[in-house]
Amino acid sequence: MSRTDTSVADRPTGVPSPAASRSGRGLTERLLAVRELSLLLALGALILVTTLYNDRFLGSQSIKDLLLGCAILVILAAGQTLVIVTRNVDLSVGSILGLVAFATGELFLAAPGTPWPVALVTGVVLGAVCGAVNGGLIAVAKVPALVITLGTLYAFRGVDYYWAAGQQINAADMPRSFLRLGNQTLFGVPVLFLVALVVVAVAGFYLRSYRSGRELYAIGSEPAAARLSGIPVGRRVFAVFVASGALAGLAGVLYAARFGTLDAAAGTGLELQVVAAAVVGGVAIFGGSGSVYGAALGAVLLTTIGSSLAVLRIDPFWQQAVVGALILAAIGLDRVLAIRTAARLRGRSAHVA
Amino acid sequence: MNSLFRLRLGATALTLTALLLGTAACGGTTRDNAGGSQASGAANPDAPIKEGLKIAFLPKQVNNPYFTTADNGGKEAVTEVKGEFKEVGPSEASASSQVSYINTLSQQGMDVIVTSANDPNAICGALNQAKAAGAKIVTFDSDTKPECRQVFVNQVTAQGIAENQVKLISEQIGGEGEIAILSATANATNQNAWIALMKEELKKPEYGKVKLVTVAYGNDDDQKSFQEMQGLLQAYPNLKGVISPTTVGVAAAARYLSGSQYKGKVKLTGLGTPNQMREYVKDGTVDAFALWNPADLGYLAAYAGAALASGQISGAEGDRFTAGRLGEFTVGKDGVVVLGPPTVFDKSNIDKFNF
Repeated sequence: MSRTDTSVADRPTGVPSPAASRSGRGLTERLLAVRELSLLLALGALILVTTLYNDRFLGSQSIKDLLLGCAILVILAAGQTLVIVTRNVDLSVGSILGLVAFATGELFLAAPGTPWPVALVTGVVLGAVCGAVNGGLIAVAKVPALVITLGTLYAFRGVDYYWAAGQQINAADMPRSFLRLGNQTLFGVPVLFLVALVVVAVAGFYLRSYRSGRELYAIGSEPAAARLSGIPVGRRVFAVFVASGALAGLAGVLYAARFGTLDAAAGTGLELQVVAAAVVGGVAIFGGSGSVYGAALGAVLLTTIGSSLAVLRIDPFWQQAVVGALILAAIGLDRVLAIRTAARLRGRSAHVA
Repeated sequence: MNSLFRLRLGATALTLTALLLGTAACGGTTRDNAGGSQASGAANPDAPIKEGLKIAFLPKQVNNPYFTTADNGGKEAVTEVKGEFKEVGPSEASASSQVSYINTLSQQGMDVIVTSANDPNAICGALNQAKAAGAKIVTFDSDTKPECRQVFVNQVTAQGIAENQVKLISEQIGGEGEIAILSATANATNQNAWIALMKEELKKPEYGKVKLVTVAYGNDDDQKSFQEMQGLLQAYPNLKGVISPTTVGVAAAARYLSGSQYKGKVKLTGLGTPNQMREYVKDGTVDAFALWNPADLGYLAAYAGAALASGQISGAEGDRFTAGRLGEFTVGKDGVVVLGPPTVFDKSNIDKFNF
């Protein structure tokens, strides 16, 4: 987590709007950094309170569990950020994950000797194909992504159900080397989490430093203006859906390695957690603003909430309500910050003029 | 658009159902009488099993491997009695999702509906209508209120499960220490009944040194069960064993233990299928766990349905019938038929089972 921490400080994040970026770039940067800082503070407070209640919460096994637990959500949240930044949303990621996870199991059943890198690549490609279906439908039908991916959420799950036909794939059906991937640590850090870190770093770097990455923010800020300024909006949107699908595919393979037991229901309902993680992480749901790092922190925060509620032995009937309240609180905080930013930016530009 | 279409289709189906049921009720006086006299009339144990019975299986959820195995057992039995087998069901195990399926099945004139209830009350109305339309109702795995069905085929008695699970964990932890339970959802009927009986069982003097510290709920979800298992081990440093009487929970807990520092130190038992637990029994994470054979459960439920529809039994206490390869069964109090004690799986026998 310390790696994420340091990267926050020296890195500018999303641009709220072209006008704002021109007039108050430094201020925006600082405020967005604060946004992620507030997430880190919330995370720190949560860990502190839980640790005060039970000091085993900061034990090495526990930290390993926390990192392992958030890895898959972090990967999905990174993919989702790319999509949301362009003022779209991908609700089909849970179903893609489920489909790819089951496909991975089937691959090992059909060809027991398959080396795990092959399975990994197959999963990513299958996920990308699903993403291309999303992107293609959106481009052809010109219907909001929310509707299309709501449809493919059911469609991909349906394919999964049809294929699985009630069959379950178990840990014993998959090679040990593959399952070990789900549990193994490198220098005490779970491999799954390292994969997630790489994904976040690459996606974050791309969004920040590549022209096409910056264009995604422009598209999300104002699609019409982006089109007029010569940005290939359709192609970029198609690409982010393929990327989101590919990352969901990667997450699916890792899901298989981690849980070992797969049926057609794997990952059901995960899409809402992913969107929640991105929103909690400061990615504006109407596009144009937010960072992969924030979304990743949001995912870490949500998973940690789940784990600490289990450690604090909160009554199960209350757990979901607590999670909901925390999400609302995070969004509320975010909104207050945004309003303040807007007010300050207005004040400043008025001053300059 | 997709969901709108489904909504409209659903509404049409509902209207149709209502219309059909309305006509059935209007012109159905004789039918009602027939149904009534059949229920009150004594069963004829010598009646032969009718051929061509239409027997439908409605599990809690399709695409759930447990129910797939159970339904395949049912199919085997239906084939043996030369009946017509059908399986329908919702993809989500929610309380009300089964109602529309029951309405459709009763319209299709099924002779027997074999179902596992997601909720003891929610499907009662629909089942009673199906009964009025002439179908026999058998529940298995998870019961409704007794007045809504003729026979409930219970996998084992709740008492049998409680005794078995407590005995297994006590043996594994050496008869002494703290244990916890990792259940499914906090309002699952069967889980709560088993847990209540486990608590009773633990009061026996031979378990005097075994202390149940808490019950956690993993909602039959991999990720949540994982987290709850982690939470248990952190919150209770002296924990020696965990009972997880649910197939999803026990597999997730085993997967967690197998990759943690607690492997082999904290014992785990529960109700799981041999296929999903094979890996963890072989790598030493789990010593022994238990389950009934779901295929046998479906098989017995189908035979009970066929016996009901053929008039061999009426669901009254003391009725007897023969269920193919499983032998003879007697209907107990409240129309309950018990499959038998759970099978314990360990290293020595796990490879003999494949489900």
